[in-house]
Amino acid sequence: MARQISSPIELKTYAEEVCKKKERWEMVIAVCGGTGCSAFGSYDVRSAFTKEVEKLSLSDRVLVKMTGCHGFCEKGPVTIIYPWQYTYVSIKPEDVPEVIEKTIIKKELVDRLLYRDPVTKQRIKHNNEIPFYAHQKRLVFQHNGHLDPTSIDDYISVGGYQALAKALFEMTPEQVLVEVEKSGLRGRGGAGFPTGRKWRFCRNSPGSEKYIICNGDEGDPGAFMDRSVMEGNPHSVIEGMIIGAYAIGATKGFVYVRAEYPIAVKYTRLAIEQAHQYGLLGENILGSGFSFDIEVREGAGAFVCGEETALIASIEGKRGMPRPRPPFPAVSGLWGKPTNINNVETWANVPLIINKGADWFASIGTAESKGTKTFSLVGKINNTGIVEVPLGITLREIIYDIGGGISGGRKFKAVQTGGPSGGCIPEWLLDTPVDYERLTELGSMMGSGGMIVMDEGTCMIDVARYFMKFLSEESCGKCVPCREGIDRALDILTDITEGKGRKEDISLLEELGEVLKDGSLCGLGRTAANPVLSTIKYFRNEYEAHINEKKCPAGVCKALITFSIDEEKCKSCGKCAKVCPTKAASGKKKEPYKIDKEKCIKCGLCRESCKFGAVIVS
Amino acid sequence: MADMVELTIDGIKVRAPKGTTVLEAAREMGIVIPTLCYYPGLTPYGACRLCIVELIRGKRSSLDASCTLPVSDGMVVFTNSERVKKVRKVILELLLSTCPNSKVLQDMAANMGVTKVRFKIKDRGCILCGLCVRYCKEQMQSGGIGFVGRGTSRKVGTPFEMTPAECRNCNGCEWICPVCMRACRAGQLVEGICGGCLNVAVVETCPVCVKCSESVGPEGHRAYGK
Ligand SMILES: Cc1cc2nc3c(=O)[nH]c(=O)nc-3n(C[C@H](O)[C@H](O)[C@H](O)COP(=O)(O)O)c2cc1C
Ligand code: SF4
Ligand code: SF4
Ligand code: SF4
Ligand code: FES
Repeated sequence: MARQISSPIELKTYAEEVCKKKERWEMVIAVCGGTGCSAFGSYDVRSAFTKEVEKLSLSDRVLVKMTGCHGFCEKGPVTIIYPWQYTYVSIKPEDVPEVIEKTIIKKELVDRLLYRDPVTKQRIKHNNEIPFYAHQKRLVFQHNGHLDPTSIDDYISVGGYQALAKALFEMTPEQVLVEVEKSGLRGRGGAGFPTGRKWRFCRNSPGSEKYIICNGDEGDPGAFMDRSVMEGNPHSVIEGMIIGAYAIGATKGFVYVRAEYPIAVKYTRLAIEQAHQYGLLGENILGSGFSFDIEVREGAGAFVCGEETALIASIEGKRGMPRPRPPFPAVSGLWGKPTNINNVETWANVPLIINKGADWFASIGTAESKGTKTFSLVGKINNTGIVEVPLGITLREIIYDIGGGISGGRKFKAVQTGGPSGGCIPEWLLDTPVDYERLTELGSMMGSGGMIVMDEGTCMIDVARYFMKFLSEESCGKCVPCREGIDRALDILTDITEGKGRKEDISLLEELGEVLKDGSLCGLGRTAANPVLSTIKYFRNEYEAHINEKKCPAGVCKALITFSIDEEKCKSCGKCAKVCPTKAASGKKKEPYKIDKEKCIKCGLCRESCKFGAVIVS
Repeated sequence: MADMVELTIDGIKVRAPKGTTVLEAAREMGIVIPTLCYYPGLTPYGACRLCIVELIRGKRSSLDASCTLPVSDGMVVFTNSERVKKVRKVILELLLSTCPNSKVLQDMAANMGVTKVRFKIKDRGCILCGLCVRYCKEQMQSGGIGFVGRGTSRKVGTPFEMTPAECRNCNGCEWICPVCMRACRAGQLVEGICGGCLNVAVVETCPVCVKCSESVGPEGHRAYGK
């Protein structure tokens, strides 16, 4: 039951106690319970391990636990066996008895479950030697992979809440603030605003009642960094928030999580409850006299609710709609009180800075962008997953060294950073260092860390259209440039992909883009044109091909392509005829097959099925 | 006396009470800024974006809606710069493409020299300016109407699409609407622009022309007698 820790010394003693307790485990089997791995069935793997361990009466020596996302979703479920840190990938429940028998009992490796380097063809034993991990710098995620997110003791055993003790007992709020300012930490949720400066605004705002908010809305399609932090190490966010509250002088905090993240909601609630029981949250924290509390609020999952003023409205129980700033939330936010809002990852960085110091943090990264950043690497890439890298790393390193290059042996075409309203960056700019300024210069942005890799089979106009469609549905509809502008841009792009593009469309899109940027009320509208403007900038010839020649060079836009069969390459195997849903592909033995253009619905099934590459799209 | 701040609007230094908006300060000086969703007496809403002005910050500048922009000390604002005019025209074009039959919008087009709508016309019969909603709530203390939906499916509605019990039958919502009550029925749209009453000739207006947004022809305003 409730164990109140009422001084930093008690916290230290308790941490030692927990560490001792942990020593009793000879071996720990850590199964990844992250988004990707659980989709691959990691819960079954965990149950299989638990069952097997019980069956062989190993339960007093071997601990089976589920941890947060390890990041290497491509190879899920990932399982790490400590103390050796043997890393098994793509493991199935059927493999479990063998792992127990060989690794746990005989201390041998199960070779076939080790990751095989696609280049050297060698099996790799430890996760930190796998190229995917070797090129990363994991700070926010350092404990994902061995921490049980539902256990506060686990967090305390790795030094959890020590930063809080240090802040409360060895530092004044001003010193904490200066430390965060000096570290150069910038917001991880979007615009990259200096966190320390933001805190100071709020601290300096008149008022005795102040709020802080953790923005866990994460509405970008394909992004799950914040989710992985909340599901993998929720206490790091809570600790960061308490430290921030102390520095700002806030009395109450809110964690806003989208309801589509039930596990994140559950674990965050649990973490808050546990912190309460331990006296790390609530009245008189750690006996310091400082009191602060946190509540979880679930969002209904609208992209625009991630925007700070819309988010605040949503917590207040109003429609999630942005409002003009100023007044900024730091002056008048939640219920009109000074409010500081930061992203999940921003908060999770705070304990690190307090523990290791601003200088240490500032030594990582570039001149203007410090520390690490997490990205969710998705798309046509070999190693999809969550990565954390020092800022200043090049896009090429992320895509090739960590991501393992483009899947299916195809060629790279573009990478989109920054979520739905980020820009698409072409091959020749891949050596750009990843930091806030450089990405903005290229017409994209850091955003909250989405990274979508596209290969040569991607039509950039189709991509721009896709994002405009997303944004037109997610626009709150309040202001004219965003509501109508995105919609009309979508119309124009749709026309272009359907072969109805007009010569003046490119310049009209550019004009519309400027109006969106300049005229919209909130960040959604102001950044919405990025996908369009960046694709025009870097892939103009593709727009021109669609408009002038009525051709889609990537072979994607259905109205602009035709399917035919290369007579030379066709081996008359008949595969295409078999898969064709409309019987457009047909032929006789020993004669090249043919496609009836009238019947063809351009589904592309025949192209996929042909082993000889005889189906041509033109 | 209320706290005053000093700012520069269109090159002229002015003092305005703290807490007022750039739009109010500019209007006080006689500067005309077109507005649609602003109405004296109703909470500024910042949705139509026609009232945008250019805000100079050192070497950089940005555009913001003047109806929601509070005045602050040392602020430098241009209400009718090239950049402002360019963006404003496209916004008006977008507005016209959603409500081509609004006389208010057609008049503005004539004033601003918008002679063509380059976007697909999708008559939505409402520009979502929110005047009716705010009027109902703030002036009538009712709240019978509100917004429903998001993005382009957003619209003004009543609960269950019936006249709500709260409605005071004041007709204020219709009276204040720039689309409903002032619908142009000429039905002669050419490329989204009305060829009806106002767009034909130079219009003689006031003794001194301040190039306001009142109805005039495409040739602009001409002070009478000149
Ligand atoms: C349309 C839109 C969506 C946003 N979504 C998110 C989000 O999902 N998560 C987030 O942390 N910030 C999001 N932001 C940024 C927030 O408004 C805000 O800047 C951020 O939470 C501040 O935290 P930071 O300074 O720690 O980055 C969004 C902004 C816009 C305009
Ligand atoms: S820019 Fe878009 S999302 Fe933001 S207030 Fe305007 S309509 Fe709403
Ligand atoms: S693209 Fe689809 S419909 Fe056309 S020939 Fe191939 S399989 Fe048949
Ligand atoms: S009905 Fe009229 S007043 Fe109401 S929002 Fe629409 S255009 Fe504005
Ligand atoms: S009048 Fe200012 S935005 Fe409409």
